[in-house]
Order: sequence, then C-alpha cells, then structure tokens
Amino acid sequence: MKYEVVIGLETHVQLKTLSKMWCGCANLYGAEPNTQVCPICLGMPGVLPVPNAEALRLTALTGFLLNSEVPSKAKFDRKNYFYPDSAKNYQLTQLDMPSTQGGFVEFEMGDELARVNITRAHLEEDVGKSTHFSDYSGVDFNRAGVPLLEIITEPEISSPNMAFEYLNALKNILQYGGVSDCDMEKGQVRCDLNVSVRSLGQKELGAKVEIKNMNSFSGARRALEYEISRQVKVLSEGGLLRQETRRWDDEAGITDSMRTKEEAHDYRYFPDPDLMPHTPSQEWHEQVRACVVELPLARKHRLMADYQLPSGDADVFVGDPALGDYYEKVAKGVKNPKAVANWVINTLQAKMTESGLGLPDLRFDPSAIGELVNLVEGGQINSRIAQEVFLEMFNSGQNPAVIVEAKGLLQVSDSDELGQMCRDVIVANPGSADDFCNGKTAALNFLKGQVMKASQGKANPQLVGELLEQILNE
Amino acid sequence: MPHTLTIHELTARLAAKELTASEIVQACMDRIASVDGELNAFIGHDVEDALAQAELADRALADGVVHEAKPLLGVPIAIKDVIAVKDQPLSCGSKILGEFISPYEATVISKLRDAGAVIFGRLNMDEFAMGSSTENSAYQPARNPWDTDRIPGGSSGGSAVAVAADECIASLGSDTGGSIRQPASLCGCVGLKPTYGRVSRFGLVAYASSLDQIGPLTKDVHDAAIMLNVISGYDPQDSTSEPRDVPDYSAALNGEIKGLKVGLPKEYQSAGLDPEVKSNVDAAVAKLEELGAEIMDISLPHTEYAIAAYYIIATAEASANLARFDGVRYGDRIDGVDPIEMLCATRGTGFGEEVKRRIILGTYVLSSGYYDAYYLRAQKVRTLVRDDYLKAFEKVDLIASPTSPTAAFKVGEKVGDPLQMYLSDIYTISANLASTCGISVPCGFTSRGLPVGLQLLGQPFGEKQLLQAAHAYEQHTDWHSRRPPLN
Repeated sequence: MKYEVVIGLETHVQLKTLSKMWCGCANLYGAEPNTQVCPICLGMPGVLPVPNAEALRLTALTGFLLNSEVPSKAKFDRKNYFYPDSAKNYQLTQLDMPSTQGGFVEFEMGDELARVNITRAHLEEDVGKSTHFSDYSGVDFNRAGVPLLEIITEPEISSPNMAFEYLNALKNILQYGGVSDCDMEKGQVRCDLNVSVRSLGQKELGAKVEIKNMNSFSGARRALEYEISRQVKVLSEGGLLRQETRRWDDEAGITDSMRTKEEAHDYRYFPDPDLMPHTPSQEWHEQVRACVVELPLARKHRLMADYQLPSGDADVFVGDPALGDYYEKVAKGVKNPKAVANWVINTLQAKMTESGLGLPDLRFDPSAIGELVNLVEGGQINSRIAQEVFLEMFNSGQNPAVIVEAKGLLQVSDSDELGQMCRDVIVANPGSADDFCNGKTAALNFLKGQVMKASQGKANPQLVGELLEQILNE
Repeated sequence: MPHTLTIHELTARLAAKELTASEIVQACMDRIASVDGELNAFIGHDVEDALAQAELADRALADGVVHEAKPLLGVPIAIKDVIAVKDQPLSCGSKILGEFISPYEATVISKLRDAGAVIFGRLNMDEFAMGSSTENSAYQPARNPWDTDRIPGGSSGGSAVAVAADECIASLGSDTGGSIRQPASLCGCVGLKPTYGRVSRFGLVAYASSLDQIGPLTKDVHDAAIMLNVISGYDPQDSTSEPRDVPDYSAALNGEIKGLKVGLPKEYQSAGLDPEVKSNVDAAVAKLEELGAEIMDISLPHTEYAIAAYYIIATAEASANLARFDGVRYGDRIDGVDPIEMLCATRGTGFGEEVKRRIILGTYVLSSGYYDAYYLRAQKVRTLVRDDYLKAFEKVDLIASPTSPTAAFKVGEKVGDPLQMYLSDIYTISANLASTCGISVPCGFTSRGLPVGLQLLGQPFGEKQLLQAAHAYEQHTDWHSRRPPLN
C-alpha cells in the first residue's frame, strides 16, 4: 500500500517591536528573570491592555508580504486555560476575526516553484517561561506579553523537506520585511507540526497528530520524518492512529504522546471586553502597504534578469540582503555586472572575512568597485593589477583611478614599446625561442611571463602574446 | 460637626480658612472610631497616610492654591476596596489576595489626587463586587446606618454607609449591575453610575469588564457633579474609555427642568415592588411633574430578559477576569504537589461561595457546546435591551423608576436564596447592559424609617441632563439632608 503525507504548520514568530504587546515593558531577550515586567504583563488585579500600534502594523505588513487579505476589522479574544506561565490565565489572541486571512508563500524546491497556502496569520501574546528545579519551579515573565504572530498553513505540505523549505522561505520573507529577526537561538520562531498520513487516493484525512513546540527547522524536518514513518508503520501493520498531541525528543530522535483528543482543552474563547475591535482606516492600510518590500524569490528572479546573474550568485545576494543591496548599488550602470558579482562575492567577501570588517566599515565608496571593473573592462589595467589596486583601495579607501595613476599601474598597450620588450626577452632567452619555433607552444607562456615581469605586470598580456608570436614567426 | 459637610460646603469653609484639611480628616477619623465598629464600612484605613496628605493640602491652601484649580483640595474621599491605590492594600473584599499591596495607582485615584483630594480608607464590599448586600464580604457585612440589623445594599455597601454615616465626605464605588445606585438608595445618599466609557477603568479590579463603571457616592447631587468632573475623561490606558469632551457638570445645575420629558417604563411596575417604595417614587415623579417635567409612559419590552442576560455575560467575563488569582505571582498561595493542585487549593480556599458560584456559572456558559445557547444569545438580548433604551430616548429625555424594589432588608434574610438576592438589581441592571448612565437620589422613607431611592436614567453620555434633573428635584425636597439616627 502507498501512503500520502499531509502536513500543516503553525509557526509562532515574535515581532520585532521595542515594547511588549499590551504594556510599555521592553521586548528584550536575555535580561535577568522578571526584570522586564510591570503590573500589566504580570496580570496584577485591575490592569488593562493597550494594543501596541507597531505590532498591529507589523501584522498587517506580514499580511501584505504573504499576499493575504488584511480585513478592515479585527478583534481580540480570550483563550482560557490555567498554567503558571500565563499571567492572566487567559491568552489574548484572535479567534474568528484575525488581522490577516489567506495568502501564500512561494519558494523553490530544486528547479520547481512550490507554493504553500496560508490560512491566516493572527496576533497574540507570548507567555512566560517556566524553569523546573529539583523541588520547585520558577517562572520568568520577561517574555510574557511579547507580541507573537501565529502563521497557519493549509494542510497541503506533502513532505518533510517541503515543510523545511517553506519554513526557510517564511523566515526569509519575515526578515526581509523587518517583521521579525527570526533568531532561532532566542526562541523568536517556534512551530507546531500537524501531520497525518492516508492511503494514496483516500479522500478523508487521517488522524491528525500535533507535534508541539519545535524550535529548529531541521528538528522539525527530522520530527516529521520520524512521525511519518511511525504512522505508516502503524497503518501498514493494520493498526489505528488516534488524534493526539505528541512531543519531539530531539536527543532520542522520537516523538511520544502528550495527550489524546479526549484530554484536549476547552479554551472557552470569547471576545475580550477590555479591547475595542481594531478598525484601521484606508489610509493606514495604504501606509502599511507602502512598506512592503520585494520578496526574496522575486528579488532573485529580478537579479537574474537585470544583471544576467547565474542562479547561484543571485542566491548569495538574496540570502544576505545587505550584501545584495550593496551589490545593486555597485552594479547599476556598470557594463559587466556579472564581473561585479564576482568581485563582491569572491574578493570583497573574502577580504571582509579576513579583516573582520562589515559593509558599513568599508573605507571606499561602493562605486569604486564599479570603477575598478570598468578599468579592467576598458583595458586600462589587467586583472592581476586589478587585484593589487583592490587591496590598496581596501586598505586606504583611495579611488582606483588615483591608485593606478599614483603607482603608474596603467596597462602598457603601446605596440612599439611592447615590441621592443618582446625582442629583448627573445634575445635573452634563445632556448625558449627555439623551442617555440620547434613547435613547443608552451614556451610562449614562459616568454610572455618574462615580458610581464619586465613590465612590472603592466603589459597588456593579450597584446604581448600576439606580438611575441608575430616576432617569432617572422 | 465638619464631617457632615458636603464637598461644596467643605471647600467653601477650607477656602475661607474656617477649617483646615487636617481638622476635617481628623473629624472623619474620629467619626470612624465612634461609629464604624458597628457599621463596618471600612475594611481598613491608614490614619497616618491620610493625615500626611491633609498636611500637604493645608500647605497648598496656605500657599494660595484655590478650589477652582484643585476642586477637591483638602476633601477626604474614601475608596471602595476594588480600586487600586498605590502602596495601599487591595483586597476586593476577598481573602484570596492576602496581604496584597497595590504597586500602582488607578487612573481615577491619580485624577482625585491631581484635584487635591485626601484619599483614604478601603471600603467594605461584596467580594469582587459580586452581591447586593455586602454580606459576601470576607470581612463581615457592613451595616445599614438607618437600622444596623439591616444590610446597606451592595456591592458598594461600604461606600454608601461611609457617606450616609458621615465617615467621609464622598466615596468611590463601582457599578456593574447596580452596585452604586442600589446601596445609595438603601442608605439614603446619592449614587451615580456614569455611562460606560465615561470614566477610566484602569485600576478597577474587573468583575465584568463590559459592564463595570466607577462612580461617586455623595451627600448630594452637586457633589456628584463635582466628583464626576474630576474622574471623567478619556484614558489612554483604558481602550474602552471614550475620547470625548467632559462638560462642566456643576455649571449645568441651574434647577431648570421645565419641559423635560420623563418616561415611566410600564415593565418596571413588577410584582416584587414594595408598595411603600412605589408610593414614595410616585410622589417623587409627581414632584418632577410639578416642577415642569412632562411625564410619559414608555415601554422597555425586553426588560424581563435583562437579569438572565446579565448573569450570563457578567459571570462569563468574571470567570476569565478572576482566573488570574492563582497564588503564583501574588496573593495567598496554598501549595500542592503540582500546579493544578496548588491552583485548586488556593482558589478553593481563597474565594467565597458567591464568587465560586459565579465563576462556575460563567465557565459553564462559555463551554464548548453551550456558548451559542447562552453567551451568544445573552449578547443578542443585550443588544435588544440597549435598543429598547435608545428607542425610548427618542421620545423622552430621562427614565424614572425606583432604584430598588424594596428598602433595606435584614442581614441574613436573602443569603440562602441567591435568586431573590439577584432581583434586588432588577431596576438597575438594564442601564449597565445598555451602557448608559443612571443616578439614585433619596426620595423618601418607609414607615420603618428606611430610605427609598429614585432612579433616573439618562441617555448615553447624558450625565449633564441627568444631574440637572436630579439636582432640581433635590432642591425642592430635603430627603438628602436627613441623617441616620446614630450616636
């Protein structure tokens, strides 16, 4: 029997705001426990929430980035459950009128373009963090009330790898939009996996298993791989799967059961009476929409089209947006943008890594790289000299033309001058000249090298080759 | 006897240097010492802190600060124990908060302080504002100053008693279904419930967030207007407060009600209405007519469903609002082997019977499978009730009725019958569902000498007209100036 996999993902992303969702406390990771708290995020008696305008803006922006509908009215609901890390023992979230609805994420899987449809992205608040000690537990409420976006996909992801690629694509989009830093180390992205298998051709979905709280994408892929094989094994042995929630044990590489459907919570949702529905104006929508940036995949395709870059080069710039922006600044108006890409990806990146400098630390203007490429393209310097000029430019910040001029590095393309050099070299190396005349063409390279040396590298190598051949054949 | 003064009388005396803030605060403290043992209006009061504030007020008065700038300068105001005052205890009439001291200040308290008031005392109440008699207090019931065998009403019982017995000059209460107006009526003082959104709820411990509203209890209508002016206004910390201007309520008190249209809802002539209450209220309505008001019959057809809808919406919200009292971050904790056991022990012990009853009721109506039949339907009823009012207000300016169907009942009389107790709020609850404003003013006494209150309801944000009418009535009667027979 063949089986088909159905995966849906719920991804929680902390929004990049300065303050928390309902109060003025800092949205700050890594502080001493319970130092970023106030009566509001501690759920003291009598306090009220006030929505963070930036969080609402980032949520709508996410909607636009994910091709979603951003409704003109959204509301907040209380999700009731008791847990010590929940300051109010209810979580403010959005049940039936979320801030965004629908949408999709497109990404590449090999050479194919894949698409995952989004059900909704809704805004809620993060909870505190429990730590368990030998005979007591502690709760840190620094994280409580941090704005959290929950992005839910349709159940239509068909493999663990597709889930993995989707998560990476989503992360790139959110980083591009400035919605979230998506720092996994800081727990800024967590996801729940919903996975079921069914016989190929079967219409109804199999029993849904939810795997909670994955904090790495590769972990999510491995958990899915394990869980799918577990479910297939159960079914192929004639067993029955039940709807349940499982947890992923990363060390053991297995999932195990947390609770079944019968033990599921009744969250008793109802509209939060402390908050008014969010009904932004058309102008607000337009202002947010104006902040929509080009998405990674679109940028890749544009870089390939506009600058004739190969897919690999475009990927480098999409994966490092700052470097991509830098590249585009240089490449505009340069005759050979592909050459610029080589300089930026190979020479510049290597030098930056070696010296520990970042893009903002560079002493030279981005246009200098373009000039350097143009000098090579125009035959004023050869590529070996160009490396030298680059080093000087990197160290001193001086303009390439100034360096070339000051150091007298301009390429020698004068046929008379070079012809004399060639003759001198031939005279000085009669053996090699004979070898060439006897058919050993490799001897030409040796002679060419001698000419280059004599010119201190400035000779036009192509012209030197032509002149040498011409003289020797005479 | 300076403690018997109203706000406007007191500020005149303070301004004329005939009296100091320290003297009036001391007079209130003495009054509390002499009568509160019997009345139990206060759960606690910080004498030292009150006198320190009084001293500051006296210094400001000496420096020439006038009441035009700080309308409550030197006026002692007592606070229901459900409103957060920084560095003072906040118990909500419950045991569950233990020795909790509020680390922050409610917006209304900041506003009172800005106006120069001396904030003092934690006034007794039904636990978490759930009740109509103050018998649900974890700190013993408060007693009605007109007959100490009787309840003062609730839940702001302590707030009404303290004003009626001259233990303070004015007080703050909160009204979710009548909790300001009903005790004001039963104790013979003035109680005003502002329109929902008129006064910030920030710092008011929520019972039912969509119904709760803070308001003043005072010795006369003029004082209610002064207090409302101070505490009203949009608060960026309360998303449900309304960004609209606050009129000068005191300036509107010109005694003029000629041509005012007053509606009498036919549905408010219910069977449970005490004949003596009815006759007093009828007389009050006749007085309004005599003063030039036009009296008309109106109908509020969905009245009979109001109490049911109220007890679904209020308890649903309460079940979530009170979830935070878990012993994890503050308040009393009873340990257990796991979080659930700790939670059950803490809440099982900390909450009183009525609070548990309402939490369970609220949890039930929100449960999966019952939500539509109860909560959603109750919300629809709420809309119908509100529509009834809005429709009525197209015809009339104000609605008049008894505040409570009976005068004060005996301590213990209704404790065993929660439904009977709930009916005490039959005339007040609808104003909360309709999110509009209402006031109770003294309008007579029963043959046993118990006060009766006239309730006037105004249009949403129609406090100005409401106070104007109540004030005009008060000017031509002397019920509000009578004092209970205490030693």
